[in-house]
Amino acid sequence: MGMTLTEKIVAAHAGRPRVSPGEIVTAKLDFVLGNELSTVLAIKAFEQIPGARVFDPSRVCIVSDHFTPNKDLATAAIATKVREFVRRHGIAHYFEVGRGGIEHTIVPDKGLARPGILMIGGDSHTCTMGGLGCFATGVGSTDLAAALALGEWWMRVPETILFRFRGSRLRPWVVAKDLILDAIRRMGVDGARYKAIELTGPVIDALDVVGRLTLTNMAIEMGAKNGVVPADAKTEAWVRARTNLPYTVVRSDPDAVFSEVVDVDCDALEPQVAWPHLPSNGHPLSETSKRRIKVDQVFIGSCTNGRIEDLRLAAHVLRGRKAHPDLRVIVIPASQDSFKAACSEGLAEVFVEAGCVFSTPTCGPCFGGHMGVLGAGERCLSTTNRNFVGRMGHRESEVFLANPAVAAATAVLGYIGGPDELGVQPPVAPALATA
Amino acid sequence: MTLRGRVHRYGDNVDTDVIIPGRYCNLTEAKDLAAHCLEDLDPGFVKRVQPGDLLVAGENFGCGSSREVAPITIKAAGVCAVVAKSFARIFFRNSINIGLPIFECPAAADEAETGDELEVEVETGKVRNRTKGKEYQAAPLPPEVRQIVEAGGLIEYVKRRVAAKPA
Repeated sequence: MGMTLTEKIVAAHAGRPRVSPGEIVTAKLDFVLGNELSTVLAIKAFEQIPGARVFDPSRVCIVSDHFTPNKDLATAAIATKVREFVRRHGIAHYFEVGRGGIEHTIVPDKGLARPGILMIGGDSHTCTMGGLGCFATGVGSTDLAAALALGEWWMRVPETILFRFRGSRLRPWVVAKDLILDAIRRMGVDGARYKAIELTGPVIDALDVVGRLTLTNMAIEMGAKNGVVPADAKTEAWVRARTNLPYTVVRSDPDAVFSEVVDVDCDALEPQVAWPHLPSNGHPLSETSKRRIKVDQVFIGSCTNGRIEDLRLAAHVLRGRKAHPDLRVIVIPASQDSFKAACSEGLAEVFVEAGCVFSTPTCGPCFGGHMGVLGAGERCLSTTNRNFVGRMGHRESEVFLANPAVAAATAVLGYIGGPDELGVQPPVAPALATA
Repeated sequence: MTLRGRVHRYGDNVDTDVIIPGRYCNLTEAKDLAAHCLEDLDPGFVKRVQPGDLLVAGENFGCGSSREVAPITIKAAGVCAVVAKSFARIFFRNSINIGLPIFECPAAADEAETGDELEVEVETGKVRNRTKGKEYQAAPLPPEVRQIVEAGGLIEYVKRRVAAKPA
């Protein structure tokens, strides 16, 4: 009997010829990631271990991204503690404000995640990295501390749900975000709880690497332990352009056993909007737009949709247009590299001329931390990943999730709608199908 | 050890954002966090909760963020245990790691109501609803996870491992 991609990676790191779902194994970690909030608590735990040393500082990345640039004294104190820990232990990969961005864009962009590796991170969206064909999952601070000390962790081998995204052509304005919102709608927020999801099919093959990272970013929103897209020539080219470190392309065996196979026909799929207060509460854009749902804020950014490719799509819709007078628009590139590219490509000018806020990378607004917190009764259309009660601010605020093109159109319209309502032509394929 | 207290019953998908909203994730002291426990789901909870009370909930308790302050907040608010139909995986690990007793017991979770008196035997996973006079059996923890619990949490477990390593 064959193994799935995820089972093979786990077996290889557990020193076992094979593993089966449900088994608990101890696996070696190729890479460990933390942000300032998970790391500051991990430091507390780590320092309780007499004689503890970081297992391998070259395999650790720490990024202060949630409350940075620091919002207040409390967050400045957290960032300072983290910085001291990084220096004391010689952590090789630390990204300071102005040189980094959001952890889940930095790790793939700097070649730190690669096909076949096994990594964990102190943030639930660590599953993003699975888009490169590796095993990546989120953990809390105590697990992070133990991983830093030991370079290994215990894990239950997950069952795998296989998704096959079929179709020959995506409709205009349908991008990776819509594929994953639709999949979450089908499965529910706990449809893949404790499981791996493997995302395959011609539609996924046609996506570029960045689109695949958007897909796996939201695996956690289905409750999944990890999401994975098998690496292909595109992945290899992308990774080789960023690192000389070795990697292993792993694929599921033809006779691998999946706990479930989900076939999705993508040809008829519309852009999706997840209504409050669950990411699984998806509705087609056409149905949403009929309701003329007015919003107070549009946010374009985050580890889900804050890359330069997302910004290009948003700017394509906003170019020469103005934000609706009744709302404010916040655009935050997810990384310094995307920020620089947005400046040099003239996108920053498009956003600023349209009347948007254009700001330095941070996770801030996505989790209601800072830089765009919603007040009571306010409504936001956001390109982020969660719309739970109070996620972006007051418990009586509402968040709708959508792709960057819908967000940009909504910014102009004043209500949730798509670029077609503005008469915008989609960018030329294949950029469309792969954004 | 037997834990006993009054039930606060909630529904499915109680996420970490309502357990402790992101805006408070810059707090690092347990007592400061406890003041905001479940604030966005049930603003009156903090005033009503008594030391030793239990949370009972539906499916997928603790879904969302990996923030370990979620179980820390619940524990610091005085809650002695959480009984749910199921738990989100990161929350499950975090609870084990910081020593918040959690029990997966769908039948007990289904039938318990706010105000019921519930009793949980930690070692056996027996759950008794004394108000309703019913007894249930929670799913046992895997042996590997029990080792961590028995060592007194993950850090105690790691201490032993580090001490055993040659220098």
